[in-house]
Amino acid sequence: MIWPIASAELLPLFSYLYELLESTGLPQPWLAVVVYTFLAALVFGVLSLLALFLVWWERKIAAHIQQRFGPMRHGWHGWYQTIMDAVKLLQKEDIRVATRDKTVFFWAPVVCFVAAFLAYVTIPFGEGLIVADLNIGILYIMAVTTFTVISLLMAGWGSNNKYALLGGMRSAAQVVSYEVPMVASILVVVLFVGSLSMVDIVQAQAGGIWNWYIFRLPYGPIAFCTYIIAATAEANRTPFDIPEAEQELVAGFNVEYSGMKFAMFFLAEFVNAFTVSAIAVILFFGGWHGALLPSWMWFLGKTFGIVLLLMLFRWTYPRLRVDQLMEFSWKFLVPVTFANIIIAAWFKYAGWYW
Amino acid sequence: MTLDLVIFLISSVVAVFGATMMITQRNPIASVLFMILSLLAQAVLYIQLGALFMGAVLVIVYAGAILVLFLFVIMLLNLRGRESLGQPSPPISLTVKYALAVLFVLELIMVVKSSFSSDVFADAGNPGVMVMQTDNFGAVNDVAVLLFQRYLYPFELTSILLLVAIVGAVILAQRSRDDDGPVDAASSGESEGKAAE
Amino acid sequence: MPELRTEEFQINMGPHHPSTHGVCRLILTMDGEKIVKIEPVIGYLHRALEKICENRTYAQCIPVTDRFEYVTAMSCNQVFSMAAERLAGIEVPERAEYLRVIMLELNRIASHLIFYGVTAMDLGALTPFLYGLREREAIIDLFEMTCGQRLTYNYIRVGGVARDIPKEFIPKCHEALDTITEKMSDYEGLLNENPIWLVRTKGVGVMPAKLGIDYGVSGPVLRASGVDYDIRRDDPYSIYDKFDWKPSVRQNGDCFDRYLIRLDEIKQSIKIVKQALDGLPEGDIKAKVSPNFKPPAGEVYARVENSRGELGIYIQSDGGKKPLRVKMRGGSYCQLQALPYFGTDCFIADLVAIFATLDIILPEVDR
Repeated sequence: MIWPIASAELLPLFSYLYELLESTGLPQPWLAVVVYTFLAALVFGVLSLLALFLVWWERKIAAHIQQRFGPMRHGWHGWYQTIMDAVKLLQKEDIRVATRDKTVFFWAPVVCFVAAFLAYVTIPFGEGLIVADLNIGILYIMAVTTFTVISLLMAGWGSNNKYALLGGMRSAAQVVSYEVPMVASILVVVLFVGSLSMVDIVQAQAGGIWNWYIFRLPYGPIAFCTYIIAATAEANRTPFDIPEAEQELVAGFNVEYSGMKFAMFFLAEFVNAFTVSAIAVILFFGGWHGALLPSWMWFLGKTFGIVLLLMLFRWTYPRLRVDQLMEFSWKFLVPVTFANIIIAAWFKYAGWYW
Repeated sequence: MTLDLVIFLISSVVAVFGATMMITQRNPIASVLFMILSLLAQAVLYIQLGALFMGAVLVIVYAGAILVLFLFVIMLLNLRGRESLGQPSPPISLTVKYALAVLFVLELIMVVKSSFSSDVFADAGNPGVMVMQTDNFGAVNDVAVLLFQRYLYPFELTSILLLVAIVGAVILAQRSRDDDGPVDAASSGESEGKAAE
Repeated sequence: MPELRTEEFQINMGPHHPSTHGVCRLILTMDGEKIVKIEPVIGYLHRALEKICENRTYAQCIPVTDRFEYVTAMSCNQVFSMAAERLAGIEVPERAEYLRVIMLELNRIASHLIFYGVTAMDLGALTPFLYGLREREAIIDLFEMTCGQRLTYNYIRVGGVARDIPKEFIPKCHEALDTITEKMSDYEGLLNENPIWLVRTKGVGVMPAKLGIDYGVSGPVLRASGVDYDIRRDDPYSIYDKFDWKPSVRQNGDCFDRYLIRLDEIKQSIKIVKQALDGLPEGDIKAKVSPNFKPPAGEVYARVENSRGELGIYIQSDGGKKPLRVKMRGGSYCQLQALPYFGTDCFIADLVAIFATLDIILPEVDR
């Protein structure tokens, strides 16, 4: 098997690196290790920058919705404000509660951070810009993102704080509940494409805006709406930011975290927001397809569009209560998405698509 | 030594380590977390076998749903701190335990051995599932065929069993009618496990 | 079947909690996420204001009352001045009364705008907070223009007001009121029909009118429960009887009505201020009062309708230049003491909504 490492399958940059290393006579396992490490570092670096950018962008958008300017001091419209914030958080004292569960407290932010980045193994940023086109792509993403909830539970437990524990519990209940409608909305598209691979899903939408699934499938808009609602909840954003509900739980699961550990939760949240938006683009908005501009620009542009939508939600809506949140998922979203799947299956079975 | 082998060694060691730690820990939360670690390593093993789907499902269902539920319940019951060891077992039950352990290990060895020789589970129309690596072993199609065609009725029976369990849990947890309590998180977690099935 | 029970646990909301609006501590007994019992603990902000007043002359007491209920400091000035005037039998010139009403009502609008923002923020909508503060800023500018202060005004004095309004006050005030009237539709558009807002506030934390009356709750909170009682109308002071307005009353007594009633009151206050600005007479702004005046021995209780209910001051005088005893009565205190009786059996998130719509400020509770 199975490690699909052949220079042709990699990005041009990496196939060059691969050949270079091969010519030096590096034996096989180390060759693969080196190349994959570079690849991981690249994805990590790009995403960290994206997350930093998103933090800044969110602050600017919030500010402009609220009739203020937001960060203005560092560079043009404060563009490197978040970088300075990250530097500050790095230098801050790492305050550790004396009564914490040492191991769990330490590993929670790490798990959260890693889980957030793992999803990017199968997200195609553009034509050919994908680390590994797994044949279970979308399912893989669902699998790795479940670790976020474990990390939140770990944080809640490890802090040994009632507010944190309540936050952790809430997040577990919430994420587990909203995963069902989220997966069910995704299934509608997967059912039509007949493949779980992200690249296949995007390729099936080639050829113009009317081939994007949100327009092409009659049940696509419903699936998109249910997806984006469930995704907002998965990413723990307002109106579903119950786990960290500042006014009720102070800061929920991350109440005891400071310094870089807090920054890891914080960045992971933004990476998650980007992930769910990227999946929405891949499933419903044709992924990297678009005219004239390079494919990665289209992909990023569309994804930022969805992120913008999430931000608008956040800055205009109040927060739901925890029981209303559960009821909304189980009594409304789940039936709707299941009905949508049945409709989609019927369409597929009868061959009504175009 | 190939990369495959390196990864196999690492993940199998981690799996065994996680499993061992799970049963030796006194703190229930640590136990569950080690179990998750072990399951993760097992998922890596599945993926190495090419059964990506199986690996993903293992993670989604077990690590993502069932063990989260475990964590949830343990945290709700607030089982912090260490359980006491209690009374040492009487010698008779200790003997039975060791005998059972030995029996189990023997059984395990037999199964593993036989799975390499490929004739225990194989019959004419049914190539041994544990042995035969088809091209897309463990892929979505194969699993779907097994679940929805060959073993459809057992599969549905299992779902009904789970449904019964859910209904039972809801009835047990339900309070009086007028007290419109919060949505029972435990039962919603279970139905998730069902949905992921 | 044996009943399954989960263990109750206690959680401390406060003294430092983002949504207790100051240093209030609520000891909550929780059954899971449900609140079984609330026990407010107060006194973290006690500054002995009543005692301080006993060691000052009447004129020196006015700045102290600013600190009593700082969100609507004008009302505190007013109620203390009123009490002292009644005690000493001082007549206030008509222009001063007009100016007082203008300031009181502007201050009420400012306070309700803060309420609007803070309540929305407590329920997770962060944007209305900035909107509320933005319009409040215009009013605060008017105060600054008049008396040089933005929060603790010391403007309404015994016998009148401290100084006359500047020339540009009236056009600026009209402008500010017009802006607020225009922006009211924004406020209502953001929340009034927002489905999430509705499920969070409608039917949540219903305070029965009887409970409110029993515990001395007054003001918008009581009027939201259907009790048509407004001191401005029912025990008229100053010149409120000259204007055309009516108290706002809502029937349901839930968080949503408590929220709406504030918006109604902003509209009514705008109406009053506009009439007062139009009818503002010329004349003196302050009666001649000696700074060390000695009222005759006796006692008096004066009360005004504040944005948080009945604001009262009781003064006992022994004929000296300092009051013998001062007692301050704030609306927040009564609302906080009623809270444990209707705020239980709901979620923490609901308690946050209830606490926010009661609009309690802690300096008024602790004094």
